[in-house]
Amino acid sequence: MKINDNNMTSDSPILSIEDLSIAYDHDKYAVKNVTASVQKNAITAIMGPSGCGKTTLLRAVNRMHELYPNIETQGKINLYGENIYEMPTIRLRRKIGMVFQRPNPFPTMSIYENVIAGYKLNGIHLKRSERDEIVETTLRDVTLWDEVKSALHKKGTFLSGGQQQRLCVARALAFKPDIILLDEPTSALDPVSTAKIEDLLVELKKHYTILMVTHNMSQAARISDNSMFMFLGELIEYEDTKTMFTNPKDSRTEGYLTGKFG
Amino acid sequence: MDKTIFQKGKTIISPSRFGVRNFQNRLFFLVVLIFALITISMVFLIIGTLVMKGFRQINWSFFTQVPPDTFDAMMAKTSGHLIPGGILNGITGTLFLVGMASIIAIPFGIIIGIYLYENGSKRYANMIRDIADVLQGVPSIVVGLIVYLWVVVDITDGYSALAGGVALAIMMLPLIIRSTEESMKMVPVTLKEAAIALGTPYYKVILRVLIPSSFSGLMTGVLIAVSRVLGETAPLLLTTLGNPAVNWNLVKPVSAVPLLIWQFYNDPNMVDLIWSSSLFLMGFVLLLNILSKWIAARHSIQ
Repeated sequence: MKINDNNMTSDSPILSIEDLSIAYDHDKYAVKNVTASVQKNAITAIMGPSGCGKTTLLRAVNRMHELYPNIETQGKINLYGENIYEMPTIRLRRKIGMVFQRPNPFPTMSIYENVIAGYKLNGIHLKRSERDEIVETTLRDVTLWDEVKSALHKKGTFLSGGQQQRLCVARALAFKPDIILLDEPTSALDPVSTAKIEDLLVELKKHYTILMVTHNMSQAARISDNSMFMFLGELIEYEDTKTMFTNPKDSRTEGYLTGKFG
Repeated sequence: MDKTIFQKGKTIISPSRFGVRNFQNRLFFLVVLIFALITISMVFLIIGTLVMKGFRQINWSFFTQVPPDTFDAMMAKTSGHLIPGGILNGITGTLFLVGMASIIAIPFGIIIGIYLYENGSKRYANMIRDIADVLQGVPSIVVGLIVYLWVVVDITDGYSALAGGVALAIMMLPLIIRSTEESMKMVPVTLKEAAIALGTPYYKVILRVLIPSSFSGLMTGVLIAVSRVLGETAPLLLTTLGNPAVNWNLVKPVSAVPLLIWQFYNDPNMVDLIWSSSLFLMGFVLLLNILSKWIAARHSIQ
């Protein structure tokens, strides 16, 4: 199902998935014929029961799924009209940032170094003033600056889970990507930290496009603008969140949302 | 009917039905305890014997002089004095040999370990892993014989430090390969994924994320390999033979502490020196062990 892009300013959508299918070992399809167009500057949630392919779909967007052996991909994903499978992965991953389920700041680096880890690891040399500016701006964006400004050069391991996750978001933001992918970012966090991250995402969507896998329906209902429902690898339904939750079109969607299966 | 009595959080089950089982339980743990104590006491007995017998001989000259010739030793013994001299040539020789072996074995070992980590269970990797295991099992004297053929006969035309270094390197290699692979496996996958998601080229992921994160494991593996070869005697007998003087020349024979122990053992006048030399060796190994545990504790990822 395609969505009405009311707010599109450029001619090609920021991210369009065209008939994407991904299989492990020839026959086992994790994702089957998914076609969708992601709205810019909005939060799109991908929901579905375990094993439905939502994480695989998310990882396909920055080609992280290629880390698995024996994986075959058919179809296209276009970033501003350019097929990401024909782009060098290094360039692609600078335009798309990713935040994982468990916070994973680099333990051998300080908080400061973690934020600019993207630049450091790629060997991009920045002037001291540029680095300081990026670190401060991104930490302010994730509302972590006040909490860590006096401990920037300490290792990030003393931070709480929620703070570590915000640090990981900052790390993803440092490259100023177009899209941020989040794989169940709050499932390992307590409710207070979860609320902070959700507020952060709502703020961030003004400047970034957010694609988020979530196992938590209420989270999708709280913060997402559009929702995808996946089941056994297929995209069953895709529309704005309000409509999906109040008036789902497919019986499977309804079954999932009302808890008949999960 | 169980009578359970709650006492400050502890549940005590009345022994009426469980008497025999309780007794068997206690007996089992008692046996385990006794065996553990026997094993631990072995270590203390060894260290104790060495200390008692060798402590007197350890003084400043122990570390700064070479062993005396057998005549001087006999004179000292008959007049009741301590044997003069020390094991300087052995200490410098051991450091030379182990240092050389490390320089050879560490880069190869770590790179092969990384290769095995990356290629997991593929056929070629499995083959290399099996070969490394076989290499680890080769008797040390056989390693000495092979290196005798390759280096002593072919390269340096005579017993040499180089041959000894190569022999020790061959013995260190499988240990370093194994521990490198295991340490890197212990780095959480999420760190690798985080680095890749930032667009890092893969070789940089290895160099700047995986290796620093597994550093303490790598270090421990190296130190274990070093403490293994510190005491190796058989391969050295066939490759460097020994040297009464301190030697830093690659192509000439060099001494080592285990070699000296063997020489002292065979000379009735210098027998007393075997205890102090052994004590030194054990002390060094102990030091390395403590060092590796300290490094592991400091750099561990929680």
